[in-house]
Amino acid sequence: MSTQHMDVAAGCLPTHQLLNVDGKRIPDEELDHHLKELKEADLADFLRDMIVLRRMDNEATALQRQGQLGLWAPLLGQEAAQIGSVRATENDDFIFPSYREHGVAWARGVQAEDLLSVWRGAQASGWDPNEVNIACQQIVIGSQALHAAGYGMGIKFDGGKQVSVAYFGDGATSQGDVNEAMIFAASYQAPVLFFCQNNQWAISEPVALQSRTQIADRAHGFGLKTWRVDGNDILAVYAATKAALAHARHGLGPTFIEAVTYRMGSHTTADDPTRYRKAEQLEEWKAKDPIDRLVKYLHELGADVQSYQQRAENAADDMAAKLRAAITSMEDPQAEELFTNVYAEEHEPTQRSAKQYLDYLADFEGGE
Amino acid sequence: MIMATTMLKALNKSLHDALSDDEKVILLGEDIGTLGGVFRVTDGLKAEFGEHRVVDTPLAESGIVGTAIGLAYRGYRPVVEIQFDGFTYPAFDQLVSQLAKLHYRSRGRVKMPVTVRIPYGGGIGSPEHHSESPEAYFAHTAGLRVFAPSSVEDAYAMLRQAITCDDPVIFFEPKRRYHEKTDVQLGEVHPDASPKAKVLREGKDVTVVGYGPTTYTLSEAALAAEDEGISLEVIDLRSLDPLDMDTIAQSVQHTGKLVVVHEASRTAGLGAEICAEITERCFDYLEHAPLRVTGFDIPYPPSRLESHHLPDLDRVMHAVDTVMNHHEATEGAAK
Repeated sequence: MSTQHMDVAAGCLPTHQLLNVDGKRIPDEELDHHLKELKEADLADFLRDMIVLRRMDNEATALQRQGQLGLWAPLLGQEAAQIGSVRATENDDFIFPSYREHGVAWARGVQAEDLLSVWRGAQASGWDPNEVNIACQQIVIGSQALHAAGYGMGIKFDGGKQVSVAYFGDGATSQGDVNEAMIFAASYQAPVLFFCQNNQWAISEPVALQSRTQIADRAHGFGLKTWRVDGNDILAVYAATKAALAHARHGLGPTFIEAVTYRMGSHTTADDPTRYRKAEQLEEWKAKDPIDRLVKYLHELGADVQSYQQRAENAADDMAAKLRAAITSMEDPQAEELFTNVYAEEHEPTQRSAKQYLDYLADFEGGE
Repeated sequence: MIMATTMLKALNKSLHDALSDDEKVILLGEDIGTLGGVFRVTDGLKAEFGEHRVVDTPLAESGIVGTAIGLAYRGYRPVVEIQFDGFTYPAFDQLVSQLAKLHYRSRGRVKMPVTVRIPYGGGIGSPEHHSESPEAYFAHTAGLRVFAPSSVEDAYAMLRQAITCDDPVIFFEPKRRYHEKTDVQLGEVHPDASPKAKVLREGKDVTVVGYGPTTYTLSEAALAAEDEGISLEVIDLRSLDPLDMDTIAQSVQHTGKLVVVHEASRTAGLGAEICAEITERCFDYLEHAPLRVTGFDIPYPPSRLESHHLPDLDRVMHAVDTVMNHHEATEGAAK
């Protein structure tokens, strides 16, 4: 491994795993009771979510290769971390995502074509934050953690019952904003969940370059109640998220979850991971695939797995066909859009620029 | 009731009235609660409105602006204090990539009614990072409005306007004028959200433009020029974004001469923008090249040198004489 010279020290916290790689259920004294309301039908829904999501991700990568998208940031391998966590939230818990949480937005009802339209460059935002309770996606690493802390402070100050959730990756934990966010959330004991998907890589940089201790241990140092979970184990992710949200709703303050997962794809479609990581590492993690693991567990339960899988594949086919048709026929926005929404209120210089440029364009059209 | 009051008191009353009028107004900053702020702008507000309305924050400027953005997502109308101008930069990403752009990035679905108060400018003998004029960075950034009041009355009214505005406003307070006393009637809020430039004194020979800390110097210059038989038209910009070019252009069309004054450095400053725009709009009216009188292109100097750096009466008058062709224009005359 290219990372052998840089190891992360053994941590102080256990890594919760409720499903091992063979799909066997491992009892967990602390987290098990958060699963008691989950029925087989819920597990089948998780499976469908992850299968449809993986298809959307593959389809997006293909559309980028065909020139339909400018860029795509694959989430391949992180399906359990995203679906397990978002499915544990209530719809009015407000989420502050990075740029890779396609699964989180999709699970809250954002259509795949709206998500991809942003990566096509057709519009600035694929959803209405006030409709789905998800902030605009964030590409500046870690900036959204502070927004989540502020939102949580607001909940605390106005006596709400929601929780504010920040999603970010292992690389973001080096940013000042993420550290400041944990400080603010802790100072005001705000209901904030910091959900870190440690996918082992920040483009080419291994997690050990960001932290020589386990990330979860650092959060603990800010005074946050912290869990470290196997991020490819959807039950562990779901249960820990439920625990963290309950903690916040009981007025006990901010929490942190490190979901240990793996970015099986490239950082983005512009990236080439063969330049910095070995094929064997990918193979190691393929054996821990989150979808395979849930399938194995459903077999263990004696469920009719084939019918669940068939249902999921059908949903994925429908989504993919609709997505492809929508993206390939999507029209470019009009030039007026350039100047729209720069300001909420009247701003004379912007309006003047817009008029000048649109008149200029109209002159060309008139001259033809 | 008309009585002598200071800019500090006017700002304090403005914040007080905003907190009273709208329960979603929330103040954030370092030392603004129990202490009342290092300049005492927020004096007494925590005691009256409580620790959840007037919030002492950890010492992290990016954190202050970033959490204000999160509060705005939640429906609050935050007013944050950056303790000194030179401490604005740790918050730069949150100001220019987040606060300024979220309305555009969300396609108008998320409003960011956040006011960022920054005491700025020199002339008070402070150590480094306490005398800067960073306004051009923010005037350059689309999505932000930049207010720079110069008077007690404007300090009150424009802060009220900034807080009720649905766009983010960077609100620059000329700290060396905090203690100047004026007889004014507070509480008369002008309803226009984007303050226009104001002609402080009408004149016919030269248009001189400034804002914030420099307008006092410009009024002094007008008196001095009068003694020389020169009539200055003095314009206070008030808003640096949007810039009210129409008022400046109307003035230059009858004076034919323009001098722009600011403490901030010269290169790519507000003065450069104003001179360029006026040259484009009023080329046929100009009788002399527009001139700038500004701070030099240097880091803010140690305070025993700041009197050289800050535009003073003599340097403004030198520029006025130059555009009047009362002496040979020399290299760097406007500096």
